[in-house]
Amino acid sequence: MSAVQEALPAVRGSRDAIVRRFALTDAIFHGMTRAAAILVLVLLGGVAISLFAGSWQALSTFGFSFLTSESWNPVTEKFGALAPIYGTIVTSAIAILIAVPLGIGIAIFLTELCPRPLRRPIGMAVELLAGIPSIIYGIWGLFVLAPFLQTTIQPFIISVFHGIPGLNSLFAGPPYGIGLLTSSLILAIMVLPFITSITKDVFDTVPPVLKESAYGIGCTTWEVTRRVVIPYTRIGIMGGVMLGLGRALGETMAVTFVIGNAHRISTSLFAPATTISATIANEFTEAVGDLYTSSLVALGLILFVITFLILAIARYMLMRIDARTGA
Amino acid sequence: MSTASSLHSRRKSRNSVMMTLCVIAAGIGLAWLALILGALVYKGTAGLSFDVFTQMTPPPGDAGGLLNAIYGSVVMTVIAVIVGTPIGVLAGTYMAEYGRFSKLTTVVRFINDILLSAPSIIIGLFVYELMVRPMGHFSAIAGAVALAILVIPVVVRTTEDMLNLVPNALREAGTAIGAPRWVVIKSVAYRAALSGIVTGILLSIARISGETAPLLFTALNNQFWSSNLNAPMASLPVTIFQFALSPYEEWQQLAWTGALIITLTVLALSIVARSLTGRREDK
Repeated sequence: MSAVQEALPAVRGSRDAIVRRFALTDAIFHGMTRAAAILVLVLLGGVAISLFAGSWQALSTFGFSFLTSESWNPVTEKFGALAPIYGTIVTSAIAILIAVPLGIGIAIFLTELCPRPLRRPIGMAVELLAGIPSIIYGIWGLFVLAPFLQTTIQPFIISVFHGIPGLNSLFAGPPYGIGLLTSSLILAIMVLPFITSITKDVFDTVPPVLKESAYGIGCTTWEVTRRVVIPYTRIGIMGGVMLGLGRALGETMAVTFVIGNAHRISTSLFAPATTISATIANEFTEAVGDLYTSSLVALGLILFVITFLILAIARYMLMRIDARTGA
Repeated sequence: MSTASSLHSRRKSRNSVMMTLCVIAAGIGLAWLALILGALVYKGTAGLSFDVFTQMTPPPGDAGGLLNAIYGSVVMTVIAVIVGTPIGVLAGTYMAEYGRFSKLTTVVRFINDILLSAPSIIIGLFVYELMVRPMGHFSAIAGAVALAILVIPVVVRTTEDMLNLVPNALREAGTAIGAPRWVVIKSVAYRAALSGIVTGILLSIARISGETAPLLFTALNNQFWSSNLNAPMASLPVTIFQFALSPYEEWQQLAWTGALIITLTVLALSIVARSLTGRREDK
């Protein structure tokens, strides 16, 4: 009894020491994880600050005209971003126009029509499209798709729309194979898996009871999709589309191969053009002079701001649908 | 009666038209994948030989391989993963374990998702401003840092998601026997989420091994063998970019072969990663 009492302070002392050591190591680990989380914020902040600093020279030289001028002349050092901005927006918009119906169609196929055992393999195959590196799309587009378009599709379209006003300037020759439309097609394939997988995910959040009750009053599959599933998941689909748009806007290598890199705005979709990211990829290492480099970084800043806004809206929409389903 | 039945048949035929269109859409998606993979295999295997893995990138007109490019890619990828993974795992751990309901986690999750889909060329410009410009020259280490920044968001996302799937009862059991929190995380949560975290790392390797844009103005390229981290280094994607756009047939052939190598690597990695998590979900 007395021996135990004598030993108690020592035991308590060593126990306190162990608890203190545990508390210390835990605090260190906690601090490390917290620091890593904060580093993620710092990274994005660093990107914004460094792009702004790097583009300061160009922005202060050209001011607002950097956004509105079409000239891009390394010799006279006059730079304007209008042509790349135009190319970026047009290629991305056409890509989205192609990819959205396709993506929603595939999502309907996967959730409503596809036999259960095939769902996973087909879903995975579509998602593999997202895993293929963008440079592969570029080399495929340049050597396979562009020659095919040049020899087959484009001459046909040009001859069909030849006499029709409006359309004849939209699809004016000569057929280069490369250009705005080819880039849009490749971008459409590249963003398709993102739109498909998000649309499929939000389709899965529709409560079965809603669909069953619609089927119960005799609706066809298309009517259930059109009147119940799509209205219910509208925000989520929009989020997926915006996410795809964000990807398309920033896509670099695939576009660099097939856009043709011409700093001009043409009414024809077959004409070579350029995008922000393609311009940077093509010209950055060849840019001589601080003003040239700074102008390219300024293009990067514009791209960063546009994609940041689009992606932020997309994430906000997807978060809202997540919150509603409690997922 | 007749109007009702015509309405019925109209609705039915519209339904079959729309559903056929959906099947066609799925067909187009699959056909595109087949077309790309088919062209890659067809054009890539033509140049696939032992030389590709044992010889340096050739000058125009000569035969050669991709050895220095493959080496450069592997070196930069390994460094990027070694740098990026611990940061990603720790940040994901904070979000799932310590600060699951904190404001910081919400903000970091949002920013991380944006980093995840941010254009990689922007990351390249960032590292150019951060490292290349101050150092005065392109270098492999700058390339690796750019890739590491691309690794982080992928790992953060999967780590957080996988740790969130670990049942709280497991953590409570660990805490009940008096283990401090970091021991519970290390010995219980990490162990339970291991396959998911490995998936994240594999996916991040798959992502960076095909990245070209951020390397263009960080690591640049190198026609010769270089193991100096402080000098420009060749990489497979940048070499493909350069060779594919060249007018020389040998270079274009090497570009196709390199493209095949990268694609097979990336697809293998993502299939392994998917099967790892797939098993979890089935349980």
